[in-house]
Amino acid sequence: MLKALNLKNINKSYGPIRALDNINLTASDGEFFSLLGPSGSGKTTCLKVIAGFEAPDSGVVSIFEEDVTNIPPFKRHVNTVFQDYALFPHMNVRQNVGYSLKVQKIKGSSMDRKIDEILEIVNLTGYDLRKPSELSGGQRQRVALARSLINKPKILLLDEPLGALDLKLREKMQVELKNIQRQFKITFIYVTHDQQEALSMSDRIAVFNNGKIEQIDTPANIYSKPINSFVADFIGTTSIFDKDSAMKLFDLDKAFSVRPENVVILETKEDLATINKQQYYITNGTVTDCQFQGSHLKVTYLIDDKCKLRVFKSLEGNINQKYDINTKHTIAWRKSDITTLNE
Amino acid sequence: MNNLLDSFSNFSYRNKNFIFLSFLILPLLWLGIVYLGSLLIFLGHSFFHLDGFTGQIVYEFSFKTLIELFSSPANIDILIRTVALAACVTIGSAIIGFPIAYYMAKFTSPKVKIFLFIAIMLPLWSSYLVRVYSWKLILAKEGIINWFFEKLNLEWLLDTILSTPVIGGPSLSISYIGMFLVFTYIWLPFMILPIQASLERVPNSLINASHDLGANKRQTFYKIILPLALPGIIAGSIFTFSLTLGDYIIPYIIGTSKFFIGQAVYTHQGTAGNIPLAAAFSLVPIVVMVVYIYIAKRMGAFNAL
Repeated sequence: MLKALNLKNINKSYGPIRALDNINLTASDGEFFSLLGPSGSGKTTCLKVIAGFEAPDSGVVSIFEEDVTNIPPFKRHVNTVFQDYALFPHMNVRQNVGYSLKVQKIKGSSMDRKIDEILEIVNLTGYDLRKPSELSGGQRQRVALARSLINKPKILLLDEPLGALDLKLREKMQVELKNIQRQFKITFIYVTHDQQEALSMSDRIAVFNNGKIEQIDTPANIYSKPINSFVADFIGTTSIFDKDSAMKLFDLDKAFSVRPENVVILETKEDLATINKQQYYITNGTVTDCQFQGSHLKVTYLIDDKCKLRVFKSLEGNINQKYDINTKHTIAWRKSDITTLNE
Repeated sequence: MNNLLDSFSNFSYRNKNFIFLSFLILPLLWLGIVYLGSLLIFLGHSFFHLDGFTGQIVYEFSFKTLIELFSSPANIDILIRTVALAACVTIGSAIIGFPIAYYMAKFTSPKVKIFLFIAIMLPLWSSYLVRVYSWKLILAKEGIINWFFEKLNLEWLLDTILSTPVIGGPSLSISYIGMFLVFTYIWLPFMILPIQASLERVPNSLINASHDLGANKRQTFYKIILPLALPGIIAGSIFTFSLTLGDYIIPYIIGTSKFFIGQAVYTHQGTAGNIPLAAAFSLVPIVVMVVYIYIAKRMGAFNAL
């Protein structure tokens, strides 16, 4: 596989704050690669280093095997979709989208054709003469996308591009972005704090925390085999048992996590009898919260007065089911479903 | 009593315009009567004229004064001289002010920015007259600038500059060059501050986006930064241009014996008692400004607002 992007030992500090702490990552050509992490974890700084807006204190940035560490952004063949879209307010849609052609002195019919083509791809035909201030959030997002795609860059950097859109629009744009990425065969470096978005769109994910990368893997592996408690906690919903509780309750010598969909609630003795006790961890918990979520109930249990356990209880067949707070239940999950954690 | 207050407060909450108007009435009266009213009455005088024999103002509508203004070559000279100098001062202030404003808006830490703000405002806190007279001394033949050129053995350079026709003169303190320097010095803060404010509102992400799309620094400056700073430059130039058009102290202290609009107004309304002609002279800067702002608007200077 061709290496589209390679970051080697990248460090970047702002005064006493280490924004990037020895970052190493490689994205292959055509890959959808997400940088996922909470705000302030360094993912946006990492994107700025790739784009060239920030110079790393040390380390090497390579794009298609070429060292670009000291090359200014306007000479790098990457384009960026900015978080705030960064549309030029004094230009209309057409001028914004054609900006990179104009600075390259591409004019006339070839410019017009390229602009029309890209506006059609992002469904903005007919909006040519509008100013950014006359567009909705979703339309601005499309203009920003068209503007950065018009040169068919080899790598597209996206900085939380859907963060400002409402849920419905965000889901629609997720599908469209994925389609565009497949159609153009562009490497996407996608910054997001939304783990759902990262899981559903990415080929691989790098999980950032405090300027470090905690784990790089496929969404399925990140979800099912988180390397430590930070990743386990950050990705999806999970319940973590620390080392002491694991020892006391289950005679395990390591902390572990368990996903809420893997836990079964055993309300009656008959239920308990249906499971194979050799294959399950079984314990007792008290209901502290019960939320209706549409397709399932989200039930929170307190176990041994200190461990919180979240359970998704499917509502198929009985939509009106709910549990009263302080009800005591036996709960269990398969031994094979837990993830042991290193810290 | 409580009940009455209560219903008043309910009434004023429902009728927002009432509260709004009651706060606004005093400033509106001030603006309308004291400010614009007196200005209009004064300018209206330009449509009266002075009786040649009696020296009395004839309160009849006519264009005699305006015709007098524009038919006298001496008056035309005054107008051209003033507008040309004001334009030069404006351009000079913009050229000097822009880099300072840009540095303040984009490159300084908050502490340095406050320091620069104070440094720029500080001269405004001292007397205008004191500053102009200090400049008179600085620019005089015995002044520090001459001394400096002498020490560097560059007197010939200063002499060459001063021997330039029209803008030269016997010394810097009696020349258009000197007036230009003093005007630019005096009005510079009024240029820097609006430009700084307009640049402050240009998000850095726009500059990054321009670089990202392949524009180098020069292209980014001309296509993004300058157009977005233009409303600030225009606002600043409205200050420097109009303030120069109306000033009479700097031409009086620094300038040559040739008149500027401000001096013409001062003389005509004072010793000569020719208020109509003074009013006609004052009309010119206003018309020039209106035309200037109109052209700026037509050229799209305010599109980025």
